[in-house]
Amino acid sequence: MRRLDVKRVEDAVREMSIKANLFLGEDVKKAFEIAKERESSPVGKEIIKNLIKNAEIARNEEMPICQDTGMAVIFVEIGQEVQFFGGNITKAINEGVRRGYKDGYLRKSVVKDPLIRENTKDNTPAIIYYDIVEGDKVKITLAPKGFGSENMSKTKMLKPSDGVEGVIDFVLQTVEEAGPNPCPPIVVGVGIGGTIDKAAVLAKKALTRSIGTYNQKEHLRELEETLLKKINNLGIGPQGLGGNTTALAVHVEDFATHIAGLPVAVNINCHAARHEEVIL
Amino acid sequence: MIIKKISTPLTKEKVKELKAGDTVYISGTIYTGRDAAHQRLIKTLQNGEKLPFPVKDAVIYYVGPSPAKPGKPIGSAGPTTSYRMDDLTVPLLEQGLTGMIGKGLRSQKVIDGMKKNEAVYFAAIGGAAALIANAIKKAEVIAYEDLGTEAIRKLEVEDFPAIVVIDSQGNNLYETERKKYEVTEEEK
Repeated sequence: MRRLDVKRVEDAVREMSIKANLFLGEDVKKAFEIAKERESSPVGKEIIKNLIKNAEIARNEEMPICQDTGMAVIFVEIGQEVQFFGGNITKAINEGVRRGYKDGYLRKSVVKDPLIRENTKDNTPAIIYYDIVEGDKVKITLAPKGFGSENMSKTKMLKPSDGVEGVIDFVLQTVEEAGPNPCPPIVVGVGIGGTIDKAAVLAKKALTRSIGTYNQKEHLRELEETLLKKINNLGIGPQGLGGNTTALAVHVEDFATHIAGLPVAVNINCHAARHEEVIL
Repeated sequence: MIIKKISTPLTKEKVKELKAGDTVYISGTIYTGRDAAHQRLIKTLQNGEKLPFPVKDAVIYYVGPSPAKPGKPIGSAGPTTSYRMDDLTVPLLEQGLTGMIGKGLRSQKVIDGMKKNEAVYFAAIGGAAALIANAIKKAEVIAYEDLGTEAIRKLEVEDFPAIVVIDSQGNNLYETERKKYEVTEEEK
């Protein structure tokens, strides 16, 4: 058994909270550069240039790329040969979020009760998903999620006979209805299969993949390409002001499902597709 | 692309000059307010009480900034999505509010209210929060401090960049521009 102090997890989460919010990922930067060349709308081109400029200012002045520094969504893969000591792992992760959002001057956007709506003032609790895997390492992925885009996300239970066409129609309809609201150019996460909750988690997890990566399954990679093309043909464009860069990428993830169902979830991310990863 | 420099207060005469598609740089005083602040403003009006800032000819910015670092007036401060304020907007327009800055679609009810009361809706670039923060020279919480980031702030801005997306005649850039770039099935 490998022993791992939860304090190391806490420190890593603190650091990732700050880094993810201040520094735009290389994958997104590269996608912006490609989009800047390809965008045919002059207004759209100007907007992409401003987004690149914004990322530079954020980096130089060490301030958040976007004021909505999100709810901290964290995926943890724990090797089954790891034994934590020094405290409770969930508490340690939340403590890392609390410290990171305070020390990084990040916005605290979490209310403790969805109906009473009193701010917790430290951006906790985080949304945490644990997976037990082989080995003796711990992989933590942190993705701050803004709600301008989260609010535009949807799930739907399709019929098995709806097939891939049904999935495509639902994704397009979701993106179309979202229009300018989620800050396009967007990244679209699609989860197919499992149960309604599993599909939603898959769609979220798909957003933590770097732009430029593709699903390993041939038919899903094709679906990603088809969806990206169709979405960019909608004309929504950067900020919804017209253009051919509505999405930077579409990431699809799937899971086995029941003979009677075809659950689909679409999770939309704004252009600040933030995600950080660490292996302890 | 027409570029216009405007300053607050945003009188109805100035509003009439602004057309959908204009790029504007706004200078002067503007006020912040988003979800929770709007609910309180509307409650204040319903109770027949006085609003915490002069709303006539004012511009309201839908924003919840990140905390200011020491020595800075404000943290990152990009626009939040406007539709969440739609049900709470018309009463403010009736009180003389002439400008709103946010991002994304507005309801027909708001657009009708804008036409009737001569107001304009600007979009700032969603997510360009560090860039926009550079245009904010001063910030002061003037109401609802307990709401934290959602408190109402009085901002002094200089050349705040925005685009007129819906003008006082109801011309809507979100509708007109998208059609130009849409690729239909026949065109493929």
